[in-house]
Amino acid sequence: MTSLIDVDAAMRDMVEKLKQLCAERNIDKPALVGIHTGGVWVARRLQSLLGWDGPVGELDISFYRDDFTRIGLNPKVKASSLPFETEGRDVVLVDDVIMSGRTIRAAMNELFDFGRPASILLVALMDVGGRDLPIQPDVVGASRRLQSNQRVKLLGPDPLAVELREKTGSS
Amino acid sequence: MPSIDDELSPLQLNRFQQLRHFLTIEGLSRKHLTDILDTADTFIEVGSRSIKKVPLLRGKTVANLFFEASTRTRTTFELAAKRLSADVLNINITTSATSKGESLSDMLRNLEAMAVDMFVVRHAQSGAPHFIAKSVTPRVSVINAGDGRHAHPTQAMLDMLTIRQHKHKFEGLKVAIVGDILHSRVARSQIQALNLLGAEEVRVIAPDTLLPPYIDQFGVKVFSSMKEGMRDVDVVIMLRLQKERMEGALLPSEQEFFRLYGLSQDKLVLAKPDAIVMHPGPINRGVEIESAVADGPQSVILNQVTNGIAVRMAVMSMAMSGQIAELTADEEVA
Repeated sequence: MTSLIDVDAAMRDMVEKLKQLCAERNIDKPALVGIHTGGVWVARRLQSLLGWDGPVGELDISFYRDDFTRIGLNPKVKASSLPFETEGRDVVLVDDVIMSGRTIRAAMNELFDFGRPASILLVALMDVGGRDLPIQPDVVGASRRLQSNQRVKLLGPDPLAVELREKTGSS
Repeated sequence: MPSIDDELSPLQLNRFQQLRHFLTIEGLSRKHLTDILDTADTFIEVGSRSIKKVPLLRGKTVANLFFEASTRTRTTFELAAKRLSADVLNINITTSATSKGESLSDMLRNLEAMAVDMFVVRHAQSGAPHFIAKSVTPRVSVINAGDGRHAHPTQAMLDMLTIRQHKHKFEGLKVAIVGDILHSRVARSQIQALNLLGAEEVRVIAPDTLLPPYIDQFGVKVFSSMKEGMRDVDVVIMLRLQKERMEGALLPSEQEFFRLYGLSQDKLVLAKPDAIVMHPGPINRGVEIESAVADGPQSVILNQVTNGIAVRMAVMSMAMSGQIAELTADEEVA
């Protein structure tokens, strides 16, 4: 299939922006943390392109979603894993697609339960707009506006591709 | 003859076959049990964080209704609910209104009027949690924390989680359950869970006086000798002697029981070298198990306690999720 965006070009662009931002803010060797599932794939790819060492942290925000009282528990919860101290550390939080901002809010709430980071930079491969909350990424690979019946999904982990999907019926 | 489980187990699933109440292992599928274990696995990590809490049940209220004394089980349920950010009420039944003559139904109605979302019930009568689950509103889930001689499903599931952590799978496992099978609701739930999860062989080892009638119909092999029953097992589950439930003398003496059925190092060597030793607690040291074994390298007894919190978090969040799914579907129909 054809990817909606050129993922490799977007990743290269993200790497340059992230390096520049870290330099501006005097951030050295931050911890990369991806949000399950697509965010972890993007974070791992970033880690490799940046040449940073150390493990990539993984967050599953299922226990932090604000819609539990409407839709219940995600049946496929994965354990979060942060194999490093986040207390006092600069963290780069990575997601594949940012839309409403609710996932990022939940991820930041979860991050703070592991300790208080010195700072958090937010990186997203794609920004599709439609924000419900005042949360904006610091680095974005590509931006697209979607129609109300459209959604995007990251396919991966190798190769990474962004698929455009149209919602059908009431689902 | 139909059992309590046969008649009432469908009660604990919603129309989507999701957990709605958690009353017994019977009637659940292997997938239900595996989902509980997988979800519990993800909650174990929460216990290692600097803030051991997730906001899943924030705004929900859980009432612990313990009609029978228990410290460990009540504490782990309380801790599990608090780690899910729920508000917790511990109702001390012996000093509550039921001892002033209020009926159980009136007490439940009052708790429902206080917008309690979940009852955790321990009761000396088999079937009490089922009775309560049948009578509550659709906005309440019921978790069985042990009823009579019938079931103790969360204890069985924390035992399954402990076994899976150490043995990684159930297929091919030989498990011996030793001691007071007759009075043990834990053993009954363990046997059901082990068979459902695919253990190769479940053995019970006990004197005849501590075996329920027709025990062989439960899918177990019965041994009256430790020497024979312990041979080549992967898991040894010792049970507590339920002296408070014994009517009359079922044992010659505790010393005699320990000599024949207590777990000592010389009996443990009959099991596989990497066999794990479990006990639901509280332990009667020197009666069911000698201290050197209870505290020894093959003991996973304290792992069981830790896992109890994660399993109860899983069961509570899944039952609440099942309640929400049902209520949402009802609203869509209305």
